[in-house]
Amino acid sequence: MAFPPNQPVSREQAKVMNRFDITKRMVALLRNEEAVIGGIGYTNFDLWGAGQRPQNFYMLGSMGLAVPIGMGVALAQPRRKVIALEGDGSILMELGSLATVAARKQKNLTVVIMDNGAYQITGGQTALTAEGADIVAIAKGCGLTQSAWAADESAFEEMIALSLREDGPWLIGCRIDSAKPVETTERDPPILKDRFMRGLGVKGS
Amino acid sequence: MEDGTPGRAWYEIVAHVLKRHQVDLVTYVPDNVLRPLLELVHADPFFTAFAVAREEEGLGINAGAWMGGRRSILMMQTSGFATLANALASLTVPFQIPNLMLVSERGTMGEFNIGQQLVARTMRPVLNTLLIESHTLTRLDELEFILDRSIVQAVATQAPCCYILSPLLTGGKVFAA
Ligand SMILES: Cc1ncc(C[n+]2csc(CCOP(=O)(O)OP(=O)(O)O)c2C)c(N)n1
Repeated sequence: MAFPPNQPVSREQAKVMNRFDITKRMVALLRNEEAVIGGIGYTNFDLWGAGQRPQNFYMLGSMGLAVPIGMGVALAQPRRKVIALEGDGSILMELGSLATVAARKQKNLTVVIMDNGAYQITGGQTALTAEGADIVAIAKGCGLTQSAWAADESAFEEMIALSLREDGPWLIGCRIDSAKPVETTERDPPILKDRFMRGLGVKGS
Repeated sequence: MEDGTPGRAWYEIVAHVLKRHQVDLVTYVPDNVLRPLLELVHADPFFTAFAVAREEEGLGINAGAWMGGRRSILMMQTSGFATLANALASLTVPFQIPNLMLVSERGTMGEFNIGQQLVARTMRPVLNTLLIESHTLTRLDELEFILDRSIVQAVATQAPCCYILSPLLTGGKVFAA
């Protein structure tokens, strides 16, 4: 499987979208209790704002670990689809995890990168993505052949739907604006974990 | 099968106890002393074993696996453990995840690399500061008991546990002068 051929060839050609809007669009496409891991930064705030599902995990503080955590859930539950949402600054810190996902050919994992070209939550400092680092090209170089930039919102929805239907691993690059997130995640780790494990059916509900 | 009795190598005992407790996912960054154990888990289809790019990546994978209902262990050397403080303090400990860690202890008892010697000194202070249970494995006759009981405890109390694999047990890495 592959994304349709009409994807933007580079970061520059992808439309700048809004994180909360596309997060809501993604959540609306979830029908099978898919697990979603929200990375540090504003990524997990907008996941929280998009409606708290028991299958969402909100990672706090462990910059770069959304993809590994998603990979672990995917390894534990190979029949469940897992989506890892990660900021561009964060994935730059853990690029090796893309190679791991590729090497393992983790079929049930989709990585969504929210690329605002900045470390927004810490004050909007420029990230290397704004200076030439193309996460989709890097992902392909890591062996994630099913990687592409989302041209616009409807392309993003099609790509998410495809990734939920067909074998991955997938990586979807999303350029986003610098709008603030709509809500703030509650910082209560044991409760966040407990809800997630119940949502995954690991602990009795 | 007389596991734990003399005659079985330390790595055979470790693999056996992991198996008994359904710890079937092994993530690691390689180490020379760990080599026979890594070879054993790779050769045994019970285990899913693979190298990760960084130790904290392995910790994240293992945390996700635990939340998804699968048990795992992260194997590394002391210098690798030194890269974990942030992930332990922000993920493992506050989220109460029973991450199991096996650290091949470098930097002591005949170390030849000064970097290893210095970084090794940061390990126990980090474990102690974060109140992470740890056991230094020095004796073959205690190995099975320590591993067996502490895995039960980690799971029951949802708390991580770190095993420090001493050169007293493994012979360590010998300086070829
Ligand atoms: C190891 C580590 N280094 C630095 C930080 C501080 N920090 C927290 S969030 C963040 C920026 C995250 O950037 P990105 O992933 O692009 O998300 P955004 O803020 O743009 O939503 C930084 C630098 C941290 N938490 N951990």
